[in-house]
Amino acid sequence: MNTPSSGNNPISLDHDITLTSEEKAMLAGELGPARRYAMEQIIRVGGFFDAKDCIEVSQVHIMADPESLGLAGVEFLESLCALEADQRRVRVPTVTDPRGVDFEAYKRLGQTEEQANLERRAITAFKAMGIMMTDTCINYQTIMPPVRGEHIAYGDTGSSIYANSVMGARTNFQGGPSALAAALAGRVPRYGYHLDQCRRGSRLFDLSFRPDDLSEWGAVGGIIGGFMESYWDVPVVTGVDGTPTSDEMKQIGAALASYGSTALFHMVGVTPEAPDLSSVFDGPPPKSISIGRAEVEAFLASYRPSDDQLDVVVFAAPQLSLVEMETLAGLLDGKKINPSVALLVATSPEIKNACDRMGFTAKIETAGGIVLKGVCFYQMYAREIGEAQGWKRLMSNSAKLVNIIGGYGYEPLLASMEKCVESAVKGRIIT
Amino acid sequence: MSGPDNKVFQGHRGIGERVEGVALVADDNFSARYDLNRIEGTFSRPQHKLHGENYVGKILVLNIAKGGVATAWMLREMASRGMAPKALVLNAGNPIMAQGAAFANLPFVDRFDVDITSVIKTGDRVIVDPDKGTVEVAG
Repeated sequence: MNTPSSGNNPISLDHDITLTSEEKAMLAGELGPARRYAMEQIIRVGGFFDAKDCIEVSQVHIMADPESLGLAGVEFLESLCALEADQRRVRVPTVTDPRGVDFEAYKRLGQTEEQANLERRAITAFKAMGIMMTDTCINYQTIMPPVRGEHIAYGDTGSSIYANSVMGARTNFQGGPSALAAALAGRVPRYGYHLDQCRRGSRLFDLSFRPDDLSEWGAVGGIIGGFMESYWDVPVVTGVDGTPTSDEMKQIGAALASYGSTALFHMVGVTPEAPDLSSVFDGPPPKSISIGRAEVEAFLASYRPSDDQLDVVVFAAPQLSLVEMETLAGLLDGKKINPSVALLVATSPEIKNACDRMGFTAKIETAGGIVLKGVCFYQMYAREIGEAQGWKRLMSNSAKLVNIIGGYGYEPLLASMEKCVESAVKGRIIT
Repeated sequence: MSGPDNKVFQGHRGIGERVEGVALVADDNFSARYDLNRIEGTFSRPQHKLHGENYVGKILVLNIAKGGVATAWMLREMASRGMAPKALVLNAGNPIMAQGAAFANLPFVDRFDVDITSVIKTGDRVIVDPDKGTVEVAG
Protein backbone atom coordinates (compact mmCIF):
# COMPACT_ATOMS: atom_id res chain seq x y z
CA MET A 1 0.00 0.00 0.00
CA ASN A 2 1.16 3.53 -0.68
CA THR A 3 2.02 5.77 2.22
CA PRO A 4 0.24 9.11 2.44
CA SER A 5 3.43 10.87 1.44
CA SER A 6 4.06 12.52 -1.92
CA GLY A 7 6.80 10.12 -2.89
CA ASN A 8 8.97 7.23 -1.80
CA ASN A 9 12.01 9.32 -0.92
CA PRO A 10 12.28 12.21 1.51
CA ILE A 11 11.54 15.18 -0.72
CA SER A 12 13.43 18.39 -0.90
CA LEU A 13 11.14 21.08 0.42
CA ASP A 14 13.35 24.13 0.21
CA HIS A 15 10.87 26.86 -0.56
CA ASP A 16 10.16 30.55 -0.21
CA ILE A 17 6.54 30.23 0.91
CA THR A 18 5.66 32.00 4.15
CA LEU A 19 3.72 29.61 6.38
CA THR A 20 1.49 30.30 9.37
CA SER A 21 2.11 28.36 12.57
CA GLU A 22 -0.84 26.13 11.74
CA GLU A 23 0.54 25.40 8.27
CA LYS A 24 3.94 24.61 9.78
CA ALA A 25 2.28 22.21 12.22
CA MET A 26 0.48 20.45 9.38
CA LEU A 27 3.70 20.21 7.39
CA ALA A 28 5.50 18.76 10.40
CA GLY A 29 2.88 16.03 10.65
CA GLU A 30 1.47 17.22 13.96
CA LEU A 31 -2.07 16.94 12.55
CA GLY A 32 -1.40 13.56 10.99
CA PRO A 33 0.06 12.24 7.75
CA ALA A 34 -2.90 13.27 5.54
CA ARG A 35 -2.46 16.96 6.33
CA ARG A 36 1.31 16.59 6.02
CA TYR A 37 0.75 15.19 2.51
CA ALA A 38 -1.56 18.15 1.81
CA MET A 39 1.04 20.73 2.83
CA GLU A 40 3.81 18.94 0.91
CA GLN A 41 1.69 18.98 -2.23
CA ILE A 42 0.80 22.65 -1.66
CA ILE A 43 4.44 23.64 -1.19
CA ARG A 44 5.76 21.71 -4.17
CA VAL A 45 3.12 23.17 -6.51
CA GLY A 46 3.21 26.62 -4.89
CA GLY A 47 7.01 26.67 -5.18
CA PHE A 48 6.77 25.78 -8.86
CA PHE A 49 4.58 28.85 -9.42
CA ASP A 50 6.45 31.19 -7.03
CA ALA A 51 3.58 31.47 -4.54
CA LYS A 52 4.47 33.69 -1.56
CA ASP A 53 1.94 32.20 0.84
CA CYS A 54 -1.30 30.21 1.08
CA ILE A 55 -4.90 31.34 0.98
CA GLU A 56 -7.88 29.71 2.69
CA VAL A 57 -10.63 28.32 0.47
CA SER A 58 -14.33 28.03 1.28
CA GLN A 59 -15.27 25.04 -0.88
CA VAL A 60 -13.54 22.28 -2.81
CA HIS A 61 -14.63 20.32 -5.89
CA ILE A 62 -12.64 17.18 -6.56
CA MET A 63 -12.24 15.18 -9.74
CA ALA A 64 -11.24 11.59 -9.07
CA ASP A 65 -12.80 9.10 -11.44
CA PRO A 66 -11.41 5.55 -11.13
CA GLU A 67 -9.98 5.59 -14.66
CA SER A 68 -7.76 8.54 -13.74
CA LEU A 69 -7.03 7.30 -10.23
CA GLY A 70 -6.11 3.81 -11.30
CA LEU A 71 -5.20 1.27 -8.65
CA ALA A 72 -2.32 3.49 -7.48
CA GLY A 73 -4.66 6.42 -6.84
CA VAL A 74 -7.29 4.31 -5.07
CA GLU A 75 -4.64 2.75 -2.83
CA PHE A 76 -3.39 6.24 -2.01
CA LEU A 77 -6.93 7.31 -0.98
CA GLU A 78 -7.30 4.16 1.10
CA SER A 79 -4.05 4.93 2.90
CA LEU A 80 -5.57 8.28 3.92
CA CYS A 81 -8.92 6.91 5.00
CA ALA A 82 -7.25 4.29 7.20
CA LEU A 83 -6.26 7.15 9.54
CA GLU A 84 -8.19 8.25 12.64
CA ALA A 85 -11.33 10.28 11.88
CA ASP A 86 -9.86 13.58 13.10
CA GLN A 87 -6.83 13.07 10.87
CA ARG A 88 -8.58 12.05 7.68
CA ARG A 89 -11.64 14.29 7.46
CA VAL A 90 -11.67 17.28 5.11
CA ARG A 91 -11.70 20.76 6.66
CA VAL A 92 -13.98 22.57 4.20
CA PRO A 93 -17.12 21.49 2.31
CA THR A 94 -15.90 19.19 -0.45
CA VAL A 95 -17.96 17.79 -3.33
CA THR A 96 -17.15 15.41 -6.18
CA ASP A 97 -16.97 15.68 -9.96
CA PRO A 98 -18.65 12.93 -12.08
CA ARG A 99 -17.72 9.35 -11.27
CA GLY A 100 -16.72 6.62 -13.68
CA VAL A 101 -19.44 4.06 -13.03
CA ASP A 102 -23.23 4.42 -12.83
CA PHE A 103 -24.08 1.28 -10.87
CA GLU A 104 -27.55 1.09 -12.45
CA ALA A 105 -26.16 1.14 -15.99
CA TYR A 106 -22.62 -0.25 -16.04
CA LYS A 107 -23.49 -3.80 -17.06
CA ARG A 108 -25.56 -2.59 -20.02
CA LEU A 109 -22.62 -0.49 -21.16
CA GLY A 110 -20.12 -3.32 -20.97
CA GLN A 111 -18.14 -1.95 -18.03
CA THR A 112 -16.41 -4.67 -16.02
CA GLU A 113 -16.71 -5.78 -12.39
CA GLU A 114 -13.06 -4.79 -11.96
CA GLN A 115 -13.89 -1.22 -12.99
CA ALA A 116 -16.98 -1.17 -10.75
CA ASN A 117 -15.00 -2.52 -7.79
CA LEU A 118 -12.31 0.12 -8.15
CA GLU A 119 -15.10 2.71 -8.19
CA ARG A 120 -16.67 1.22 -5.03
CA ARG A 121 -13.34 1.39 -3.22
CA ALA A 122 -12.80 5.03 -4.23
CA ILE A 123 -16.29 6.01 -3.06
CA THR A 124 -15.80 4.24 0.29
CA ALA A 125 -12.55 6.14 0.81
CA PHE A 126 -14.06 9.52 -0.11
CA LYS A 127 -17.01 9.01 2.24
CA ALA A 128 -14.62 8.14 5.07
CA MET A 129 -12.93 11.49 4.50
CA GLY A 130 -16.24 13.36 4.78
CA ILE A 131 -16.45 14.21 1.09
CA MET A 132 -19.98 14.73 -0.26
CA MET A 133 -20.65 12.54 -3.31
CA THR A 134 -22.40 15.05 -5.55
CA ASP A 135 -20.85 13.45 -8.67
CA THR A 136 -21.34 16.48 -10.84
CA CYS A 137 -19.34 18.89 -13.01
CA ILE A 138 -22.21 21.41 -12.98
CA ASN A 139 -21.97 22.10 -9.25
CA TYR A 140 -21.98 25.82 -10.13
CA GLN A 141 -25.51 25.33 -11.54
CA THR A 142 -26.86 22.79 -9.09
CA ILE A 143 -25.02 22.62 -5.73
CA MET A 144 -23.50 25.88 -4.47
CA PRO A 145 -22.67 28.61 -6.97
CA PRO A 146 -19.66 30.56 -5.66
CA VAL A 147 -19.72 34.30 -5.07
CA ARG A 148 -17.62 37.02 -6.68
CA GLY A 149 -14.20 37.21 -5.04
CA GLU A 150 -14.63 33.91 -3.18
CA HIS A 151 -11.43 31.83 -3.10
CA ILE A 152 -12.26 28.22 -3.94
CA ALA A 153 -10.54 25.06 -5.21
CA TYR A 154 -12.39 23.63 -8.20
CA GLY A 155 -11.26 20.41 -9.75
CA ASP A 156 -12.79 20.33 -13.22
CA THR A 157 -11.70 22.66 -16.02
CA GLY A 158 -15.33 23.39 -16.94
CA SER A 159 -16.38 24.20 -13.38
CA SER A 160 -13.21 26.25 -12.84
CA ILE A 161 -13.62 28.43 -15.91
CA TYR A 162 -17.32 29.00 -15.16
CA ALA A 163 -16.62 29.92 -11.52
CA ASN A 164 -13.76 32.26 -12.46
CA SER A 165 -15.41 33.88 -15.46
CA VAL A 166 -19.17 33.93 -14.94
CA MET A 167 -19.20 34.08 -11.12
CA GLY A 168 -16.01 36.11 -10.58
CA ALA A 169 -14.83 33.57 -8.00
CA ARG A 170 -11.14 32.65 -7.81
CA THR A 171 -9.61 29.27 -8.51
CA ASN A 172 -6.83 27.57 -10.43
CA PHE A 173 -7.39 24.19 -12.04
CA GLN A 174 -7.09 21.98 -8.98
CA GLY A 175 -6.44 18.47 -10.22
CA GLY A 176 -7.38 15.61 -7.88
CA PRO A 177 -4.21 15.39 -5.75
CA SER A 178 -4.22 19.16 -5.19
CA ALA A 179 -7.99 19.48 -4.69
CA LEU A 180 -7.64 16.78 -2.04
CA ALA A 181 -4.75 18.71 -0.49
CA ALA A 182 -6.91 21.86 -0.48
CA ALA A 183 -9.72 19.96 1.24
CA LEU A 184 -7.43 18.45 3.88
CA ALA A 185 -5.48 21.65 4.59
CA GLY A 186 -8.32 24.12 3.91
CA ARG A 187 -6.05 26.23 1.70
CA VAL A 188 -4.23 26.47 -1.59
CA PRO A 189 -0.99 28.14 -2.65
CA ARG A 190 -1.69 31.74 -3.65
CA TYR A 191 -0.73 32.01 -7.33
CA GLY A 192 -2.40 32.31 -10.71
CA TYR A 193 -6.10 33.17 -10.74
CA HIS A 194 -6.18 33.95 -7.01
CA LEU A 195 -4.15 37.07 -7.85
CA ASP A 196 -5.56 40.28 -9.38
CA GLN A 197 -2.68 40.66 -11.83
CA CYS A 198 -3.29 37.23 -13.41
CA ARG A 199 -6.94 38.04 -14.13
CA ARG A 200 -6.25 40.76 -16.71
CA GLY A 201 -7.09 40.15 -20.37
CA SER A 202 -4.32 39.11 -22.76
CA ARG A 203 -6.12 38.42 -26.07
CA LEU A 204 -9.16 40.01 -27.71
CA PHE A 205 -11.84 38.33 -29.83
CA ASP A 206 -14.86 39.86 -31.50
CA LEU A 207 -17.91 37.70 -32.05
CA SER A 208 -19.51 38.94 -35.24
CA PHE A 209 -22.55 36.65 -35.10
CA ARG A 210 -24.91 35.10 -32.59
CA PRO A 211 -24.28 31.33 -32.21
CA ASP A 212 -27.44 29.37 -33.02
CA ASP A 213 -27.21 26.64 -30.42
CA LEU A 214 -25.01 25.09 -27.75
CA SER A 215 -22.80 23.25 -30.25
CA GLU A 216 -21.96 26.58 -31.89
CA TRP A 217 -21.20 28.24 -28.53
CA GLY A 218 -18.86 25.30 -27.92
CA ALA A 219 -17.33 25.74 -31.36
CA VAL A 220 -16.62 29.41 -30.56
CA GLY A 221 -14.93 28.31 -27.32
CA GLY A 222 -12.93 25.71 -29.26
CA ILE A 223 -11.79 28.25 -31.85
CA ILE A 224 -10.70 30.77 -29.21
CA GLY A 225 -9.04 27.95 -27.25
CA GLY A 226 -6.93 27.15 -30.28
CA PHE A 227 -5.35 30.62 -30.09
CA MET A 228 -4.34 30.27 -26.44
CA GLU A 229 -0.62 29.89 -25.92
CA SER A 230 -0.65 28.87 -22.28
CA TYR A 231 -2.72 28.56 -19.10
CA TRP A 232 -1.90 32.19 -18.37
CA ASP A 233 -3.63 33.58 -21.48
CA VAL A 234 -6.95 35.28 -20.64
CA PRO A 235 -9.22 35.81 -23.65
CA VAL A 236 -11.65 38.71 -23.73
CA VAL A 237 -14.73 38.42 -25.95
CA THR A 238 -16.62 41.42 -27.30
CA GLY A 239 -19.56 41.81 -29.63
CA VAL A 240 -21.85 39.32 -27.91
CA ASP A 241 -25.36 40.16 -28.98
CA GLY A 242 -27.53 39.79 -25.87
CA THR A 243 -26.68 38.03 -22.62
CA PRO A 244 -26.02 34.31 -23.10
CA THR A 245 -27.82 31.77 -20.92
CA SER A 246 -26.08 29.78 -18.21
CA ASP A 247 -25.98 26.73 -20.53
CA GLU A 248 -24.46 28.79 -23.35
CA MET A 249 -21.77 30.15 -21.02
CA LYS A 250 -21.22 26.60 -19.80
CA GLN A 251 -20.54 25.38 -23.36
CA ILE A 252 -18.26 28.22 -24.45
CA GLY A 253 -16.34 27.94 -21.18
CA ALA A 254 -16.01 24.16 -21.19
CA ALA A 255 -14.76 24.18 -24.79
CA LEU A 256 -12.35 27.04 -24.13
CA ALA A 257 -10.94 25.20 -21.13
CA SER A 258 -10.69 21.96 -23.08
CA TYR A 259 -9.09 23.30 -26.28
CA GLY A 260 -7.04 26.04 -24.63
CA SER A 261 -6.27 24.87 -21.08
CA THR A 262 -7.93 28.17 -20.24
CA ALA A 263 -9.20 28.93 -16.73
CA LEU A 264 -10.67 32.42 -17.14
CA PHE A 265 -12.30 34.47 -19.88
CA HIS A 266 -14.05 37.79 -19.82
CA MET A 267 -17.09 38.70 -21.90
CA VAL A 268 -17.46 42.46 -22.07
CA GLY A 269 -20.81 43.64 -20.76
CA VAL A 270 -21.66 40.16 -19.49
CA THR A 271 -19.14 38.77 -16.97
CA PRO A 272 -18.67 40.60 -13.67
CA GLU A 273 -15.05 41.72 -14.02
CA ALA A 274 -15.57 43.09 -17.55
CA PRO A 275 -18.12 45.92 -17.60
CA ASP A 276 -16.02 47.48 -20.39
CA LEU A 277 -12.71 46.95 -22.21
CA SER A 278 -10.75 49.36 -20.02
CA SER A 279 -11.64 47.27 -16.95
CA VAL A 280 -9.81 44.20 -18.25
CA PHE A 281 -6.84 45.61 -20.19
CA ASP A 282 -4.01 47.76 -18.88
CA GLY A 283 -3.55 50.31 -21.63
CA PRO A 284 -4.82 49.86 -25.20
CA PRO A 285 -6.34 46.43 -25.91
CA PRO A 286 -4.56 44.07 -28.33
CA LYS A 287 -5.70 43.76 -31.95
CA SER A 288 -9.02 41.98 -32.10
CA ILE A 289 -9.51 38.64 -33.88
CA SER A 290 -12.93 38.31 -35.48
CA ILE A 291 -14.90 35.08 -35.18
CA GLY A 292 -17.89 34.73 -37.47
CA ARG A 293 -20.13 32.12 -38.97
CA ALA A 294 -17.50 31.12 -41.55
CA GLU A 295 -15.00 30.24 -38.81
CA VAL A 296 -17.62 28.20 -36.95
CA GLU A 297 -18.65 26.38 -40.15
CA ALA A 298 -15.01 25.53 -40.83
CA PHE A 299 -14.59 24.26 -37.27
CA LEU A 300 -17.65 22.01 -37.58
CA ALA A 301 -16.51 20.81 -41.02
CA SER A 302 -13.13 19.79 -39.60
CA TYR A 303 -14.90 16.94 -37.76
CA ARG A 304 -17.28 15.93 -40.59
CA PRO A 305 -16.70 12.32 -41.69
CA SER A 306 -16.71 11.00 -45.25
CA ASP A 307 -19.86 8.86 -44.83
CA ASP A 308 -23.03 8.87 -42.73
CA GLN A 309 -22.30 5.80 -40.57
CA LEU A 310 -23.34 6.44 -36.93
CA ASP A 311 -22.81 4.31 -33.80
CA VAL A 312 -23.55 6.43 -30.76
CA VAL A 313 -24.98 9.83 -29.84
CA VAL A 314 -23.77 11.29 -26.53
CA PHE A 315 -25.04 14.31 -24.63
CA ALA A 316 -22.52 15.05 -21.85
CA ALA A 317 -19.39 17.06 -21.03
CA PRO A 318 -20.59 19.02 -19.18
CA GLN A 319 -23.50 17.09 -17.66
CA LEU A 320 -26.86 18.43 -18.82
CA SER A 321 -28.81 21.00 -16.85
CA LEU A 322 -32.51 20.56 -16.11
CA VAL A 323 -33.29 22.87 -19.02
CA GLU A 324 -31.19 20.84 -21.47
CA MET A 325 -32.84 17.65 -20.20
CA GLU A 326 -36.26 19.18 -20.79
CA THR A 327 -35.27 20.16 -24.34
CA LEU A 328 -33.92 16.69 -25.09
CA ALA A 329 -37.04 15.03 -23.66
CA GLY A 330 -39.15 17.27 -25.91
CA LEU A 331 -37.14 16.36 -29.01
CA LEU A 332 -37.40 12.63 -28.28
CA ASP A 333 -41.05 12.64 -27.21
CA GLY A 334 -42.95 10.14 -29.35
CA LYS A 335 -39.86 9.19 -31.38
CA LYS A 336 -37.94 5.91 -31.56
CA ILE A 337 -34.16 5.80 -31.71
CA ASN A 338 -32.95 3.55 -34.50
CA PRO A 339 -31.88 0.17 -33.05
CA SER A 340 -28.49 0.46 -34.77
CA VAL A 341 -27.63 3.56 -32.74
CA ALA A 342 -27.21 4.12 -29.00
CA LEU A 343 -28.15 7.43 -27.38
CA LEU A 344 -26.64 8.30 -24.01
CA VAL A 345 -27.23 11.36 -21.86
CA ALA A 346 -25.37 12.16 -18.64
CA THR A 347 -26.61 14.42 -15.87
CA SER A 348 -26.08 14.87 -12.15
CA PRO A 349 -27.88 12.73 -9.54
CA GLU A 350 -29.89 15.77 -8.38
CA ILE A 351 -31.01 16.69 -11.89
CA LYS A 352 -31.75 13.04 -12.67
CA ASN A 353 -34.09 12.93 -9.66
CA ALA A 354 -35.81 16.05 -10.91
CA CYS A 355 -36.11 14.54 -14.41
CA ASP A 356 -37.61 11.35 -12.98
CA ARG A 357 -40.15 13.45 -11.08
CA MET A 358 -41.00 15.65 -14.05
CA GLY A 359 -41.30 12.84 -16.58
CA PHE A 360 -38.26 13.80 -18.72
CA THR A 361 -36.41 10.55 -17.99
CA ALA A 362 -39.43 8.51 -19.07
CA LYS A 363 -39.69 10.36 -22.40
CA ILE A 364 -35.99 9.85 -23.16
CA GLU A 365 -36.00 6.18 -22.15
CA THR A 366 -39.27 5.37 -23.92
CA ALA A 367 -37.60 6.61 -27.11
CA GLY A 368 -34.72 4.21 -26.42
CA GLY A 369 -32.20 6.56 -24.83
CA ILE A 370 -30.17 5.78 -21.74
CA VAL A 371 -30.09 8.39 -18.96
CA LEU A 372 -26.90 8.17 -16.90
CA LYS A 373 -26.50 9.88 -13.55
CA GLY A 374 -23.40 11.02 -11.70
CA VAL A 375 -21.05 10.13 -14.55
CA CYS A 376 -19.72 11.75 -17.69
CA PHE A 377 -18.95 9.87 -20.87
CA TYR A 378 -15.23 10.53 -21.17
CA GLN A 379 -14.68 9.83 -17.47
CA MET A 380 -16.19 6.34 -17.57
CA TYR A 381 -13.70 4.15 -19.43
CA ALA A 382 -14.88 5.42 -22.83
CA ARG A 383 -12.22 3.41 -24.65
CA GLU A 384 -13.26 0.12 -23.06
CA ILE A 385 -16.99 0.85 -23.54
CA GLY A 386 -16.40 1.68 -27.19
CA GLU A 387 -14.48 -1.55 -27.73
CA ALA A 388 -17.12 -3.61 -25.87
CA GLN A 389 -20.00 -2.07 -27.87
CA GLY A 390 -18.24 -1.69 -31.21
CA TRP A 391 -18.74 2.09 -31.19
CA LYS A 392 -16.53 4.27 -33.35
CA ARG A 393 -18.56 7.07 -34.96
CA LEU A 394 -19.80 9.37 -32.19
CA MET A 395 -22.04 12.42 -32.52
CA SER A 396 -22.46 15.07 -29.83
CA ASN A 397 -23.41 18.70 -29.35
CA SER A 398 -20.48 19.12 -26.95
CA ALA A 399 -17.29 20.55 -28.46
CA LYS A 400 -15.45 19.52 -25.31
CA LEU A 401 -16.45 15.88 -25.73
CA VAL A 402 -15.56 15.94 -29.42
CA ASN A 403 -12.13 17.30 -28.52
CA ILE A 404 -11.41 14.64 -25.93
CA ILE A 405 -12.89 11.52 -27.41
CA GLY A 406 -10.71 11.25 -30.53
CA GLY A 407 -7.88 10.07 -28.28
CA TYR A 408 -10.10 7.24 -27.07
CA GLY A 409 -10.45 5.65 -30.49
CA TYR A 410 -13.68 7.38 -31.60
CA GLU A 411 -14.41 9.39 -34.75
CA PRO A 412 -16.40 12.30 -33.33
CA LEU A 413 -18.74 14.74 -35.02
CA LEU A 414 -20.11 18.01 -33.60
CA ALA A 415 -23.69 19.03 -34.36
CA SER A 416 -26.71 20.61 -32.71
CA MET A 417 -28.88 18.65 -30.28
CA GLU A 418 -31.65 18.66 -32.91
CA LYS A 419 -29.38 17.16 -35.59
CA CYS A 420 -28.01 14.62 -33.11
CA VAL A 421 -31.53 13.46 -32.22
CA GLU A 422 -32.64 13.39 -35.86
CA SER A 423 -29.57 11.32 -36.74
CA ALA A 424 -30.18 8.90 -33.85
CA VAL A 425 -33.75 8.37 -35.05
CA LYS A 426 -32.75 7.89 -38.72
CA GLY A 427 -29.79 5.70 -37.79
CA ARG A 428 -27.35 7.72 -39.89
CA ILE A 429 -25.65 11.09 -39.68
CA ILE A 430 -27.85 14.01 -40.78
CA THR A 431 -26.06 17.35 -40.96
CA MET B 1 27.35 12.49 -20.03
CA SER B 2 28.35 15.80 -18.47
CA GLY B 3 30.91 17.48 -20.66
CA PRO B 4 32.25 20.80 -21.87
CA ASP B 5 30.45 20.53 -25.22
CA ASN B 6 27.04 20.14 -23.63
CA LYS B 7 24.47 22.83 -24.22
CA VAL B 8 22.55 23.95 -21.12
CA PHE B 9 19.12 25.51 -21.33
CA GLN B 10 17.83 27.45 -18.36
CA GLY B 11 14.22 27.18 -17.28
CA HIS B 12 12.32 27.84 -14.07
CA ARG B 13 13.01 25.75 -11.01
CA GLY B 14 11.03 22.52 -11.36
CA ILE B 15 9.75 19.49 -9.51
CA GLY B 16 11.37 16.10 -8.85
CA GLU B 17 14.87 14.67 -9.03
CA ARG B 18 17.71 14.93 -11.57
CA VAL B 19 17.46 12.33 -14.34
CA GLU B 20 19.25 11.47 -17.57
CA GLY B 21 17.63 9.93 -20.60
CA VAL B 22 16.73 10.02 -24.28
CA ALA B 23 14.49 12.79 -25.59
CA LEU B 24 11.23 12.38 -27.50
CA VAL B 25 10.42 15.80 -28.96
CA ALA B 26 7.63 17.49 -30.91
CA ASP B 27 6.30 20.97 -31.45
CA ASP B 28 2.94 19.91 -30.08
CA ASN B 29 1.11 20.03 -26.75
CA PHE B 30 0.46 17.53 -23.98
CA SER B 31 -2.37 15.99 -21.97
CA ALA B 32 -2.21 12.45 -20.57
CA ARG B 33 -5.95 11.91 -21.01
CA TYR B 34 -6.38 13.43 -24.44
CA ASP B 35 -3.21 12.25 -26.13
CA LEU B 36 -2.15 8.89 -24.71
CA ASN B 37 -3.04 5.24 -24.71
CA ARG B 38 -1.73 4.77 -21.18
CA ILE B 39 -2.13 0.99 -21.30
CA GLU B 40 0.11 0.57 -24.34
CA GLY B 41 2.37 3.55 -23.56
CA THR B 42 1.85 5.31 -26.88
CA PHE B 43 0.49 8.58 -28.21
CA SER B 44 -2.99 7.66 -29.45
CA ARG B 45 -4.56 10.95 -30.51
CA PRO B 46 -4.52 10.85 -34.32
CA GLN B 47 -3.82 14.59 -34.69
CA HIS B 48 -0.80 14.52 -32.34
CA LYS B 49 2.63 14.85 -33.97
CA LEU B 50 3.88 11.92 -31.88
CA HIS B 51 0.93 9.69 -32.85
CA GLY B 52 2.02 6.05 -32.60
CA GLU B 53 5.25 6.85 -30.71
CA ASN B 54 6.10 5.03 -27.49
CA TYR B 55 6.84 7.49 -24.66
CA VAL B 56 7.71 5.06 -21.86
CA GLY B 57 11.02 5.92 -20.19
CA LYS B 58 11.60 8.87 -22.52
CA ILE B 59 12.27 12.50 -21.62
CA LEU B 60 9.19 14.05 -23.21
CA VAL B 61 9.85 17.51 -24.67
CA LEU B 62 6.71 19.30 -25.83
CA ASN B 63 5.23 22.75 -26.11
CA ILE B 64 2.43 23.47 -23.60
CA ALA B 65 0.22 21.63 -21.14
CA LYS B 66 -3.29 21.30 -22.55
CA GLY B 67 -6.48 19.46 -21.78
CA GLY B 68 -8.21 18.64 -18.55
CA VAL B 69 -7.44 17.81 -14.96
CA ALA B 70 -7.01 14.03 -15.21
CA THR B 71 -3.25 14.22 -15.81
CA ALA B 72 -2.88 15.27 -12.16
CA TRP B 73 -3.80 11.70 -11.09
CA MET B 74 -2.61 9.84 -14.16
CA LEU B 75 1.14 10.48 -14.01
CA ARG B 76 1.46 8.60 -10.71
CA GLU B 77 -0.77 5.79 -11.95
CA MET B 78 1.38 5.48 -15.08
CA ALA B 79 4.57 5.51 -12.97
CA SER B 80 3.18 2.79 -10.68
CA ARG B 81 2.93 0.47 -13.71
CA GLY B 82 6.32 1.47 -15.10
CA MET B 83 4.54 3.17 -18.03
CA ALA B 84 5.46 6.81 -17.42
CA PRO B 85 7.86 9.04 -19.29
CA LYS B 86 11.13 9.55 -17.40
CA ALA B 87 10.67 13.32 -17.24
CA LEU B 88 8.57 16.11 -18.69
CA VAL B 89 10.05 19.20 -20.29
CA LEU B 90 7.60 21.80 -21.59
CA ASN B 91 7.75 25.37 -22.80
CA ALA B 92 4.78 26.18 -20.56
CA GLY B 93 3.27 23.89 -17.97
CA ASN B 94 0.04 24.52 -16.13
CA PRO B 95 -1.12 23.76 -12.59
CA ILE B 96 -2.38 20.31 -13.58
CA MET B 97 0.98 19.20 -14.93
CA ALA B 98 2.77 20.59 -11.85
CA GLN B 99 0.27 18.92 -9.50
CA GLY B 100 0.60 15.61 -11.34
CA ALA B 101 4.40 15.77 -11.35
CA ALA B 102 4.45 16.61 -7.63
CA PHE B 103 2.08 13.71 -6.85
CA ALA B 104 4.04 11.27 -9.02
CA ASN B 105 7.48 12.61 -8.08
CA LEU B 106 8.09 12.88 -11.83
CA PRO B 107 10.82 15.32 -12.88
CA PHE B 108 9.30 18.37 -14.60
CA VAL B 109 10.85 21.63 -15.82
CA ASP B 110 9.31 24.43 -17.91
CA ARG B 111 9.64 28.17 -18.80
CA PHE B 112 12.89 28.34 -20.80
CA ASP B 113 14.40 31.38 -22.45
CA VAL B 114 14.22 29.53 -25.81
CA ASP B 115 11.60 27.36 -27.53
CA ILE B 116 12.80 24.13 -25.96
CA THR B 117 11.16 21.96 -28.65
CA SER B 118 13.32 23.60 -31.32
CA VAL B 119 16.69 23.11 -29.60
CA ILE B 120 16.36 19.46 -28.51
CA LYS B 121 15.94 16.67 -31.09
CA THR B 122 14.35 13.27 -30.67
CA GLY B 123 17.10 10.82 -29.73
CA ASP B 124 19.29 13.43 -27.98
CA ARG B 125 20.70 12.38 -24.62
CA VAL B 126 19.63 14.96 -22.05
CA ILE B 127 19.95 15.63 -18.32
CA VAL B 128 16.97 17.22 -16.58
CA ASP B 129 17.85 18.93 -13.29
CA PRO B 130 14.68 20.33 -11.69
CA ASP B 131 16.44 21.91 -8.70
CA LYS B 132 18.58 24.01 -11.05
CA GLY B 133 15.76 24.33 -13.59
CA THR B 134 18.06 23.19 -16.38
CA VAL B 135 18.05 20.80 -19.31
CA GLU B 136 21.48 19.78 -20.60
CA VAL B 137 21.95 18.27 -24.06
CA ALA B 138 24.98 16.11 -24.90
CA GLY B 139 27.25 17.96 -27.34
